[in-house]
Amino acid sequence: MPEPVEALPGLSLDTDQGLLQWISSVDHKQLGIMYLWTALAFMLVGGAEILLIRIQLAVPRNTFLGPEMYNELFTMHGTTMIFFVAMPAIFGFATYLVPLMIGANDMAFPRLNALSLWLTIFGGLLMYFSFLAGGAPNAGWFNYAPLNGYNYSSQPGIDYYCAGLLLGGIGTVSASINLIVTILRYRTAGMALHNMPVFVWMMLVTACLVIAAFPSLNAALAMLLLDRRLHAHFFEVHDGGSALLWQHLFWLFGHPEVYIVILPSFGILSEVFSVYSRKPVFGYVFIVGSGIAIGLLAFGVWVHHMFAVGLGNTANNFFAASSMLIGVPTGVKVFNWLATMRGGSIRFTTSMMFATSFLVEFTIGGLSGIAFAIVPIDLQLTDTYFVVAHLHYVLIGGTLFGLLAGLFYWFPKMSGRMLNERLSNWFFWLFVVGFNVTFMIQHVLGTLGMPRRVYTYPDLPGWGTLNLLSSIGGFLMGAAMLLLVYIIVQALRSGPRAGADPWDAYTLEWTTTSPPPLQNFDRVIPVASVRPFRDFKMPHDADHKEVGKRKGIYGK
Amino acid sequence: MANSALDTRLLMRLVVFTESLFFMALLVAFVFFSLAPGFRQQQLAALDLGRTGAFTLVLFSSSFTYWRVEASARRGATGALKFWLLATIALGTVFLLGQAWEFHGLFGRHIDLASNTFGTSFFTLTGFHGLHVLIGLIILSILAGLAFAGDYDRPGSSIFQAIGIYWHFVDIVWAVVFTVVYVLPHFSRF
Repeated sequence: MPEPVEALPGLSLDTDQGLLQWISSVDHKQLGIMYLWTALAFMLVGGAEILLIRIQLAVPRNTFLGPEMYNELFTMHGTTMIFFVAMPAIFGFATYLVPLMIGANDMAFPRLNALSLWLTIFGGLLMYFSFLAGGAPNAGWFNYAPLNGYNYSSQPGIDYYCAGLLLGGIGTVSASINLIVTILRYRTAGMALHNMPVFVWMMLVTACLVIAAFPSLNAALAMLLLDRRLHAHFFEVHDGGSALLWQHLFWLFGHPEVYIVILPSFGILSEVFSVYSRKPVFGYVFIVGSGIAIGLLAFGVWVHHMFAVGLGNTANNFFAASSMLIGVPTGVKVFNWLATMRGGSIRFTTSMMFATSFLVEFTIGGLSGIAFAIVPIDLQLTDTYFVVAHLHYVLIGGTLFGLLAGLFYWFPKMSGRMLNERLSNWFFWLFVVGFNVTFMIQHVLGTLGMPRRVYTYPDLPGWGTLNLLSSIGGFLMGAAMLLLVYIIVQALRSGPRAGADPWDAYTLEWTTTSPPPLQNFDRVIPVASVRPFRDFKMPHDADHKEVGKRKGIYGK
Repeated sequence: MANSALDTRLLMRLVVFTESLFFMALLVAFVFFSLAPGFRQQQLAALDLGRTGAFTLVLFSSSFTYWRVEASARRGATGALKFWLLATIALGTVFLLGQAWEFHGLFGRHIDLASNTFGTSFFTLTGFHGLHVLIGLIILSILAGLAFAGDYDRPGSSIFQAIGIYWHFVDIVWAVVFTVVYVLPHFSRF
């Protein structure tokens, strides 16, 4: 196995042994970077798919895409964005950063780490191979029975959906187990659990959620494959099977999945708010505690995706109440971040801009989520564009904004280069404006009664105009994404050198060089608080000297 | 970076945790279908409690022999280790053969994955358990091969404890599956 001779490279492909070194790498930093490239590549594909859909929906009675192609594209868009963009991006950040943040030199099981990455990549490629094998999956990312059955979808697309997601799922579970062992066993001396960076805490909770949630998806996918290939009857209603069983198993995974993709962003934002406000994160214990609470509650709310199924009032009321409950810890976090900024000396870098706009967009998404927890409103709005709007406000305004804040924050560490701040600002405004134009309008469309997952619509008053506006917003976001790719490539080619600690940050990853050498640390600085690097830089004013007093590390 | 025995055991415990939830989903599906009318009659008619009970005892005794493997590994008793390891593999293989025999008999009576929801959920649940036994046997065979090649001549290898977590887990899952699928229908009034 070729080992790098000198310092490890940053994000670029020029290494001592070229491409072979990347393919054979077991180094957590290279694997993390490959996860991130994977996410970006699939993001461009998934984005292209949705732009085709927005062209189709731009005017009423359009015939740009046929109904079959439309079904395939919206299915692949959703599946790609959740499983092969959000998950690889999260695990990319985690794989890259967790060992650095806890002062370790690698993950606990480096080869397992490489296996997890490649399983994820091949899972994605396998799913896309379905386009060449006779038709892509076409039953939506939730893949409801009986649409997923052989009688409704005899093309092989859904078999590829099962196989691709099973591979990706196994990769995700093994990556999570690796992360848990790493976090629990490889922390540097002095880093007690209550000194861990919030991001590491959130990844610990996320990894626990993954190993508890993914088995139910994997089991459901295995059952579906048996149904489709060996004529079993799990989900075949006419043979005594149950379509509801699929929904229960899917959402028992699918709802925790929502928190699997948002908790890492919460972790990223806690670091970003703290560093760019020059303050410790307000109420560390509450931020971490509410993250754990979200993790526990995540498994008690899946039925709120099924209010309209008709499970009866008792079930609906129970899950409505538990769904409302989960808003509480989330609200606690938002107030903690606001309090972190209060009185701080804030620097509005692009990363901080994404973090602050996250607060606005995610709150909008959260409020429409609470609306869905109210069963009568859910019955009115379910399966309309209001759901689409809510979903994208939490997944883009929440997850993606958090990941982008993380990208702009840690890019100098990963590459050793600074991104062009002026172009980054352009990217921010283009993306945020495009995002709101696209999805704010869909709240209105949903309330007007436009159903989702339909490939065209009649020329009702207002529908055409609103859809056209929404499509224009989508193209603004697409242009912004291309700009982001340009900004990254340009910085890698000719960006100014970053130095080890360009943001004057607080955590351990900034104590090593940018990009870090193969062995992350020669010597790890002593850790006695959540901000060890700041303690190191200002020993007379160290956090651990006045725990709980003036600076309010524990929320005052 | 070298892993300590603790890391490997923690890894295995987490694997076992996530796998038990996988089995939980299959069990839920089985129980879900078993509430339908007619299911229990097929179950009682198709399954042989006594014969499968005997093979169950074989599987449980493999947990005992594996416990002796772990003890021998701790003491560095290479000869005993090889003996108990082979005994475990033999017992596991007998259990799998018993399952194959049972499946063969059911197929002969036209009960299979495609026949009805009993066949579907029964073969999936027990089949996935059989798959886990098979994976365990492959791992144990690799260990046996390494043992005969002389890899464990010195005491203190921790791999046997880690694999033990998996092997005992496979037994415990079977205890639950056996109870739900073979025993309970004789005692429930549903």
